[in-house]
Amino acid sequence: MGFLESVRMALRALGANKLRAALTMLGVIIGVAAVIALMSIGRGIQASIQAQIQALGSNLLFVSSGAQNQGGVRTQAGSAPTLTYEDALAIVDSGRVPEALGVAPESGGFAQVVANGQNTNVRVTGVTPSYEEVRNFHTTVGEFITKDQVDSRSLVAILGANTKTLLFGEGDAIGQTIRVNQQNVAANLRVVGILEPKGSGFGGSQDDIVLVPITTQMTRLNRARTSRGGFTVSSINVQLVDDKVETSTLAVQNIGDLLRERHRVIQDDFTIRSQQDILNTATQITGAITLFLGAVAGISLLVGGIGIMNIMLVSVTERTREIGIRKAIGAKRRDILTQFLIEATVVSVLGGGIGIALGGGGAQLLNGISFGNGQTLNTVVSLDAVLLAFTVSACIGLFFGVYPAVKASRLNPIEALRYE
Amino acid sequence: MQRDVEQAGETNPPAVVIRADALSKTYQMGDVTVRALNGASFEVRTGEMMSIMGPSGSGKSTLMNILGCLDQATSGTYWLDGTETSKLDDDELASIRNRKIGFVFQQFNLLARTSAVEQVELPLLYAGVSQRRKRALAALDRVGLADRSHHRPTELSGGQQQRVAIARALVGEPAIILADEPTGSLDSRTSEEVIAIFQQLNREGITVVFVTHELDIAEHTRRIIRLTDGRIASDLTIPAEEQRIARTIHAPADSLA
Repeated sequence: MGFLESVRMALRALGANKLRAALTMLGVIIGVAAVIALMSIGRGIQASIQAQIQALGSNLLFVSSGAQNQGGVRTQAGSAPTLTYEDALAIVDSGRVPEALGVAPESGGFAQVVANGQNTNVRVTGVTPSYEEVRNFHTTVGEFITKDQVDSRSLVAILGANTKTLLFGEGDAIGQTIRVNQQNVAANLRVVGILEPKGSGFGGSQDDIVLVPITTQMTRLNRARTSRGGFTVSSINVQLVDDKVETSTLAVQNIGDLLRERHRVIQDDFTIRSQQDILNTATQITGAITLFLGAVAGISLLVGGIGIMNIMLVSVTERTREIGIRKAIGAKRRDILTQFLIEATVVSVLGGGIGIALGGGGAQLLNGISFGNGQTLNTVVSLDAVLLAFTVSACIGLFFGVYPAVKASRLNPIEALRYE
Repeated sequence: MQRDVEQAGETNPPAVVIRADALSKTYQMGDVTVRALNGASFEVRTGEMMSIMGPSGSGKSTLMNILGCLDQATSGTYWLDGTETSKLDDDELASIRNRKIGFVFQQFNLLARTSAVEQVELPLLYAGVSQRRKRALAALDRVGLADRSHHRPTELSGGQQQRVAIARALVGEPAIILADEPTGSLDSRTSEEVIAIFQQLNREGITVVFVTHELDIAEHTRRIIRLTDGRIASDLTIPAEEQRIARTIHAPADSLA
């Protein structure tokens, strides 16, 4: 019997009990729709996190303090201040790291900022002029921190977009004075620039910040020093000449050699991470989340499959006489097997198709929904998820259809014809 | 064996289509062995119209199942149209049923929600032959139901349903049509019409075997085999002039509706 004939026959058999067929399909529909929707959301989160990491600036290395041995115990990165402003300058100035194009040390912490009768607690970061290029922070109004301001430890500040709005509303902030309280040290700073909005990133909103010259931060706000007396920085952003993996590998090696030498240590008392490292970690995490979401949804697909098997078993019993008739007029075992397998597969494939449409539609509806922190969810209905869901639903129909179909094909025609 | 028979007769008689040789069937019912068929031997020649009769428990249904290749004998041999069937497996039996046997059942046994022409196409579908629609319509025409081809069983009278079943039985040009109490669910007038169709088909050369317990029906055939306790008790040929002829068929369809 031809395949199309079989499908037509299956559709007619399903049409004979539409409500039952629809309910059977519902299990698969819900399963597939859940798989598609949840995987789309997972992919959306993944894409958004990757975009955020890329927005940090391209071809970057991040050097942070810490990872030093204390009595044989390797401590967490950043837990002890070991990097100095001079370390940062040496990376470019020493000529030992030809892969480094620019360097942007930063140092800072949370501080109370008061101005115009308003106050807020934001991250106050000391930066150098290169920070603008390296980290992609640009001003909409005013100038970025200049070299002169760094050299002269000027009492100036640049406000993040949110900080500006919070303190000054729609009014003009340039030339106004803000008071920064950090670790019981206070300073009055003059606002010289406003940053363009950047959205949230790692470590919170990149708009709720205040940037100051790094020397101002180190000498007037937070006077932390290393055990050897240098001014500490919390991390050093190193911009590389290109984004090749070899460049990054070489730079990590050279910077490591330089810093070990400068710190006179054998064991690293700093950690160097590349943007790719962060991206890889984030991709792994979000990939796991997506897989988890898919697996949870997959369970409902499994339940849908069991529903198909249940109904097919009922159907075989109900149609015993029909099977007997078909066998009497010459249907072979394979014909009956095929008929019931195709019926089960048609249910699951139809259900899968509707589920894909619903899941895709649901993902579209969720697309653009705000997370509430200025970010929106961008769901991605990927072709591989659709193909996977479709294949899985077809396989579920086949798998759960096999037992009822085999049962039907093995019926004894005489007994089947006698069945009432 | 078939050739032997053909050469034996002086006037070259019709070929043997059924040759049953010492057919026996035993069932195990718990500790008891039931002997449903106990050495039945007979032959049926092409073009015959005959009845197998017997009270319930006589082995009639068992014999009919074996003749219809729905079941196999415990011992003995059964040749159908030149094929020995006792060694065949399920699928080979299915193929024999498909090509060589047309079944007509008491309960019509039509598929629900399926139009007449599709019912009749079904054996051709399983045989994988072409021009199914055309052949199915021709078969329906032979039983006078050409104008009911797209009606479903629920839209047809009992007599019409049985005629669809007959069309389904004959569409594959089988060696025999095996009819199990074909009028058992019909009133006497409709029974007469259905039997008339069988007689007409037989005149056209089709071998027909009735399995029935009603003498009234069996008298419409020219030969009656009586079964008792799984054995053939008698095998009578009815003289042509004594055979009952059913009312001529192919009356206009509306008068049958």
